[in-house]
Amino acid sequence: MLVVAPLVAIFIYLVYKGASSLNLAFFTHNPVPVGESGGGMANAIVGSAILLGVGSLIGIPMGIAGGIYLAEFGRGTKLANAIRFTADVLNGVPSIVMGIAVYSLVVVPQGHFSAFSGGVALGIMMIPTVCRTTEEMLLMVPNAVREAALALGVPNWHSVLSITVRTASAGIITGCMLAFARVAGETAPLIFTAFGNVDWSAKLSEPIAALPLQIYVYAISPYDEWHRLAWAGALVLIVLIMLAVSLVRYVTSRGVMKGAN
Amino acid sequence: MTRIRFQQSLDELKDQLLEMGGMAEQAIQRATEAYRTRDLFICDLVSQGEIAINRKQREIDQSATDLLAMEQPMAVDLRFILSAIKINAELERVGDSAENISQRVRKMEKMGAVEMPVDISRMASLASEMVRKSLQSFIDADAESARAVLAMDDAVDAMNRAAYKALTQVMMEQGELAPQALNALMIARALERVADHATSVAEDVIFWVQGADVRHSKSLKTAPDPHEMGAV
Amino acid sequence: MGVGIEVSNLNAWYGANHTLQDINLNIPANHATALIGPSGCGKSTFVRCLNRMHETNPIARVTGSVLIGGLDIYANAKPVEIRRRVGMVFQRPNPFPTMSIYDNVAAGLKLNGFTNRHALDEIVERSLKHAALWDEVKDDLKKQSGASLSGGQQQRLCIARALAVDPEVLLMDEPASALDPVSTSKIEDLIFQLKSEYTIVIVTHNMQQAARVAEKTGFFLNGRMIEFDSTQKIFTNPTDKRTEDYITGRFG
Repeated sequence: MLVVAPLVAIFIYLVYKGASSLNLAFFTHNPVPVGESGGGMANAIVGSAILLGVGSLIGIPMGIAGGIYLAEFGRGTKLANAIRFTADVLNGVPSIVMGIAVYSLVVVPQGHFSAFSGGVALGIMMIPTVCRTTEEMLLMVPNAVREAALALGVPNWHSVLSITVRTASAGIITGCMLAFARVAGETAPLIFTAFGNVDWSAKLSEPIAALPLQIYVYAISPYDEWHRLAWAGALVLIVLIMLAVSLVRYVTSRGVMKGAN
Repeated sequence: MTRIRFQQSLDELKDQLLEMGGMAEQAIQRATEAYRTRDLFICDLVSQGEIAINRKQREIDQSATDLLAMEQPMAVDLRFILSAIKINAELERVGDSAENISQRVRKMEKMGAVEMPVDISRMASLASEMVRKSLQSFIDADAESARAVLAMDDAVDAMNRAAYKALTQVMMEQGELAPQALNALMIARALERVADHATSVAEDVIFWVQGADVRHSKSLKTAPDPHEMGAV
Repeated sequence: MGVGIEVSNLNAWYGANHTLQDINLNIPANHATALIGPSGCGKSTFVRCLNRMHETNPIARVTGSVLIGGLDIYANAKPVEIRRRVGMVFQRPNPFPTMSIYDNVAAGLKLNGFTNRHALDEIVERSLKHAALWDEVKDDLKKQSGASLSGGQQQRLCIARALAVDPEVLLMDEPASALDPVSTSKIEDLIFQLKSEYTIVIVTHNMQQAARVAEKTGFFLNGRMIEFDSTQKIFTNPTDKRTEDYITGRFG
C-alpha cells in the first residue's frame, strides 16, 4: 500500500488540477498564442510519440544486444567489464548534460535542431537501463536450460537467442518498459536537441514539439491559461505512459505462452 | 566403518548358525553313543535336542529373510545370507538323521542286539568328523578346508555300499536276522546322509567365500550340456 | 538403431584437477550400461565427455579418443553434430519453461531448421509415445506449459525431447534421482523398452537401479574405472575388493 500511495496521490492531484482543462481541442489543436482560446497540445503528443519511437529504435536494440553480450558471451572479459562500467556511468549522467552532448555531436554538425537529435538523446539514455536489466534477466535463466539446449545439438548463439533470451523475455520487456517510461518524461535533453515547435511537425530533420517540453514552457510562463494547459498536459503524459505500459503487458502476457507456433 | 549395524546383524546370524551347528554335532555324537551303549536315556536326549534344533531353524530363517528384505545385501553379503539359509536346512536334516538313528537304536533294544558285519562306529566317527570340519570351515571362511570335506565323502559312500552288500547277504543267508540287518542298514544310510549334508555345507561355504557353485560337479562333468546342444 | 562406444585412454581435466585418468572401455550397442561410484568419482564427467558437453566449461580439457559408431568424436566431428547423435537427459528435469509441451519436444528439430509442420506433428507424437507420456498429455499439447507437469512427467518430457532428434545414444545422468518411487519405476521400465533401439548409458548412485536396468556396469573411483563387467557379476561376485566394498556399503 505504501508503495502505491505516492503514485495514487500524484495521479489524483493531476486529475484534480488538469481534468477541467481537457477537451477535444486539447488533443486536436496546436498551441495558440496567449490570449486566444482553443489551443491544445496535439503536436506535442505526436511529437513525443515520434521522439520516443526514434529513441526506442536506437536504445532498445543496442541495450538488449549489450545485455546479451554481457550475460552470454563476454562473461568475465575485460570488454564486458568496460561495457558494464560505461553503462553505469551513462546512467549517472545528468539528463541536461546528455542534451548538451548530443547538441555538440548531432545538432551542431547538422546545423539545426531536429527530432532525430532528440531521439538520439533519448535513445542513449535508454541504453543503460535496457542493457543492465537484460543482463540480469538473462543471468537469472537457470544454467540447466542452457545445458538442455546445448545437449540437443543447438549451436551456442542460436541457443542463446531462441532459448535463453526467450526464457528471459518477460523480464527483458519489463526492462524496456522501465527505460521507456523514464525517458518519456525527460525534458532537459530535449531542450537543445528537439527544441520544441509550436507548429505541426513530423519530420525527423525539423525541430519537433514534445509533451514534457511543452509542459515546461507553459509551466514557467506567467499566464494562467498556459498553467492550466500545463496541468492538463502533465495528466495526459502520465496517462499515455500508463496506457503504453499496460498495452505492452497485455500483448506480451498472451504472446509469451503462445510461443512461436 | 559404515553399515555397522548390518555387520553386527551378519555376525549375529553367523553366531546363530554356529549354535545350530553345535546342536547338530551334539545330536550325531549322542546318537552314535546311544548306538554304542544302547542307552535309551541318551535316545531321549537326542529327541529333546531335535525339538530345539527345529525351533532354531525357524529363528535363523526368519533372521535371514529379514536381512534380505531390509538391507538389500549385495555380492559377498548376499552370498553369505543365501549360504546361511541353505546351511541352516542342512543342519536341521543332520538333526533329523540323528533322531532317525536314535529311533533305530530303540528298535534294536526291543529286538535284541546281534552283531552285524558293519562298522557303524567308524562310519559314525567319519560322518561326525565331516560335520565338524565343514562347520570349522564356515567359522574360518576357509574354502580350502571346505574342499577337503568334499573329498571325505567318497570314503563314507564306499562304506555305505559295503554295508549294503554285507547286510543283504546276511538277509539272504540268515533270514531270521532280517529285521536286525535292515535296522543296521538304515542306520548306515542315515550316517551316509549325514556325510552328504556335511558335504552340502562345505559346498555352501565355497559358494559364499569364492562365489563358485561346485555342486554336482561329477555328474555335470560327464553329462552333455543342454545349452551347448542347442536343444533347451 | 544404437551404436557401440569405444573409449581409449580418455583423460579429462577441470583446470588443474585431473578428473578422469586413463579410462578404457567398450560400451555395447543396444544395451544399457550403468556407471556407479561414489560422489566425485568422475562418472558424470565421463558421460559428459561422450557428448562433448564437458568442454562447454572454459577450463575443461580432454585427451584420448572416443569412437561412437566408429567415428572419432573429438578428431573428426564438431560438438554440435555429436550432440545431435548423442542425446542427454539430466538429473533435474529441465524442460524449457516458457514453451508448451509440443514446442519442448519439437525444440531440437525446430532449432536445427526443421520446418515441415506435418512431419513435426508425427515426430512429436512418436517421441511422446516412446517416452510413455503421450496418453497423459495428448489433449493439451500446445497450450500446456512444459513446466506445469509433475516431476516424473517433466523427466519423461525431457526424454521425449531427447528422442525427437533421433539420436543413436542416450546418456542419462541420474535420471530418476529427483523422482519418487513410482516415477522412478516408470522411467526404469522406459529404459528397458528403449534399450532395443538405442544405446543407453546411465549414471546412477542407486545400485539397485543399475541392477534392474543395465546389462553391464562400470565402477568408477577417484577418476579411474576400477571394474567393468556384466551387472550380474559385479553385484554377485565382483573381482576387485574396492568394487565389493562400495557395493556392500563398507568404507573405512
